[in-house]
Amino acid sequence: MINPAEIKIRNLSIEYKKAKKGFVKAIENINLDIPRNKITMIIGPSGCGKSTLLKSINRLHDINEEVSVQGSLEINGEDIYYSGRPVPELRRRVGLIHQKPVPLPLSIFKNIAYGLKIHNNIHKDEVERRVIEALKKVHLWDEVKDRLDSPAIALSLGQQQRLSIARAIAIKPEVLLCDEITSALDPISSGKIEQLLVTLSEDYTIVWVSHILRQVRRMADYVVFLYMGRMVECGEKEQFFEDPQDSLTQNYIRGLFT
Amino acid sequence: MKYLEEKLVKFLMVFSVLLTLTPLILIIGITVVKGGGALINNPEILIKVPGPKYLLGGEGGFFHAIMGSFYMVLPATIIASLFAVATAIFLQLDYSSRIYAGYIRIILDILWGTPSIIYGVFILVILIFLQQRGCLLAGIFSLTLLEFPIITRYADEAISCVPKEIRENTYSMGATRWETSVIKIRYALPGIIAGILIGLGRGLGDAAAVIFTTGTGNSLPGGLLQSATALPVIIYQQANSFYVSVRDQAYAASFLLIVLFFIINVISRHFYAKFSKYVKG
Amino acid sequence: MKNRIYSRLLKDHMASHILNLFAFLIVLFFFLILVMLITKSVPVIRKNSIAELIFSSKWDTDAKQFGFFPAIIGTLEVTLLSMLFAIPVSMLTAIYISEYASSSIKTSISAFIDVLSGIPSVVFGLCALLYLVPAVSMVMKKIFSIQTTGMCVITASLTLSVMTLPVIISLIVESLQLVPKELREVSLSLGATKWQSVKKILFRAAGPGIISAILLGFGRAFGETMAVAMIIGSKNKIPVSVFSAGETLPSLIVNSFGEMMSVPLQQSALIFVALILFIIVMVTNSVAKMINIRLSQKWRY
Repeated sequence: MINPAEIKIRNLSIEYKKAKKGFVKAIENINLDIPRNKITMIIGPSGCGKSTLLKSINRLHDINEEVSVQGSLEINGEDIYYSGRPVPELRRRVGLIHQKPVPLPLSIFKNIAYGLKIHNNIHKDEVERRVIEALKKVHLWDEVKDRLDSPAIALSLGQQQRLSIARAIAIKPEVLLCDEITSALDPISSGKIEQLLVTLSEDYTIVWVSHILRQVRRMADYVVFLYMGRMVECGEKEQFFEDPQDSLTQNYIRGLFT
Repeated sequence: MKYLEEKLVKFLMVFSVLLTLTPLILIIGITVVKGGGALINNPEILIKVPGPKYLLGGEGGFFHAIMGSFYMVLPATIIASLFAVATAIFLQLDYSSRIYAGYIRIILDILWGTPSIIYGVFILVILIFLQQRGCLLAGIFSLTLLEFPIITRYADEAISCVPKEIRENTYSMGATRWETSVIKIRYALPGIIAGILIGLGRGLGDAAAVIFTTGTGNSLPGGLLQSATALPVIIYQQANSFYVSVRDQAYAASFLLIVLFFIINVISRHFYAKFSKYVKG
Repeated sequence: MKNRIYSRLLKDHMASHILNLFAFLIVLFFFLILVMLITKSVPVIRKNSIAELIFSSKWDTDAKQFGFFPAIIGTLEVTLLSMLFAIPVSMLTAIYISEYASSSIKTSISAFIDVLSGIPSVVFGLCALLYLVPAVSMVMKKIFSIQTTGMCVITASLTLSVMTLPVIISLIVESLQLVPKELREVSLSLGATKWQSVKKILFRAAGPGIISAILLGFGRAFGETMAVAMIIGSKNKIPVSVFSAGETLPSLIVNSFGEMMSVPLQQSALIFVALILFIIVMVTNSVAKMINIRLSQKWRY
């Protein structure tokens, strides 16, 4: 039903305009192919541009007047920066989950119904059916089914994060972008999220930013290593960890810097 | 040495706290005793309109001013709130650039600091230009002008404090700017409502903006173009009266104002708690 | 599906235009006030020059002489005196509430002060008229044997300072609370007493906030109309001492309104007063903004 996407990034550069300092390059000339139905994990030291790269796949930099994006970024063959389609429509196909869970100031039910309602003219029963479906998919249904009307913020952090995922997948995107989504959570909750993403990768193309090497070894199909805004290396997990080509990558994997 | 200084300063602080609190408590005490007393003596002044010789110590009460305040402050607050929330939304980065918003904020700051009498004079000039007598509608406009910058400031502050993740999240799901703004308003609602109630309080307590613009108003306001009066205005006008009964009514009116203020405060706290349950866990 | 996205975008587009209109209305309104006050002041400026209006004390409505010097001096005197009382008291109180008081006292006092900052000025004026005016009169007579009605500059100043206290205090407390806890801990861990760390560290860190709080209080005192009009005695003469009656610019407008609005030139004179007030507000606002920018660059932490 959902047709997961393949992402092609060509010559992508992202600049921030800083007051009195001119332009600062956050991402420089990246070429990258992200395969369908796999978990691609982006690693690198903090400040290397991981999140910046991730947000560009959602065109989220558009909302910030200080950021400019150059190059091309194709999702399923459509260049999202040069496509004539309205941006909200493009963004719908790409879900983003933040590091810290972000419950909207609404009830649990409405949090998930939100995306459905803004995008579709659908009947109440259909909304309800899809909300339940999304909640079940993230294994949250049993925990919240008798308090759907209470504020989402009252959930635990781990539950909030699963709610965020449910909200993202309720509108049936093709890509899921995850920005260090386990780093604010306790080990048990992050374990649950990891399992969840493995099952979700059957239906979605997942791009996941992480700085925990062990998590990457556990979860990734493909690994991309960024350093200071440039892509140093990328490849399948086994090859990446067993036989890294670049000396920077070797040092990073050996834990010489984080 | 430094411990001696510490002690001295601490003494001065406690002294200042007392210096602050005493007059304030006294003011409430005086108003309650004087105004409450006047009300107990003659409770009908709350529901009676002035008789023919009202200002000469004759029959009547200040029901007309209560209704006048009510008819002016409520519409003014509603209009001002609509304008204020719209402006506050416009000032966010979704709709305007940092520089443009900066200029508008400068203007808003000036309007916020403008003494209310200037709004009164402004409306009066318009009235003269239109050759219209002071009326309820003019009073509503004056209060709207007075409340608008106040509410805008609070709404702007509250909406600016919405975490940027909320905004990124709704956008990333494909929401438009307007849909995102609606969520931001939801998030900022406790702060916005507090601001609206502060604006309402200012409108309710202000005499300078309406004293020129509403006409003489010694009866119940009959329509938008009829003259009216407000509680603070009659307090000002009757405080110096030669007649005890007229002065007493000023005290009673000021007691009523203070009671209304406490009620507004309670409502404000209630709403704050009610709406912040979606924001704070 | 296709249609929905376009109708949403249309709605967004319209919302954007409407909000733009609102912002435009504000700018328009601001300039409308300015232009209106200026054009309506022109007749009186034509008759008497601006310098004459501001620096002359002659006031004769029949001869069409309007000198606002007494009211200007009165305004300055009342505002400055009230700030003289209010600034030290409010700073010390705010520091006590924010730094010294236990948390239960802190919440109760600041809640109380928050409530009070909303009390209408006429209530302050009424209470001052009731008790402060006779008290000042009596004290002056008994102790200094000065004859005064009690309706004078000092009474107005005292009332204004009590009125502005809650406003200034709650803003200062707010800006002190915004200073990060670590800053305090660092200073205390170096062996400074509480007052030393307040004096050396907190004042700098919260400096811009404190100054804008004081300026806001200043604005309130300066623009306050009704309370002052009730107790200052309304005499359009330069106050000889702080115990004589006077007039401030806003109270002059209120007090002369009834008799003056009927004649165009006199009306123009009063509108000129409003123009002066508006210009002073703009100037103080700009100065405040500049000070704020300067300080927050210099006192960054």
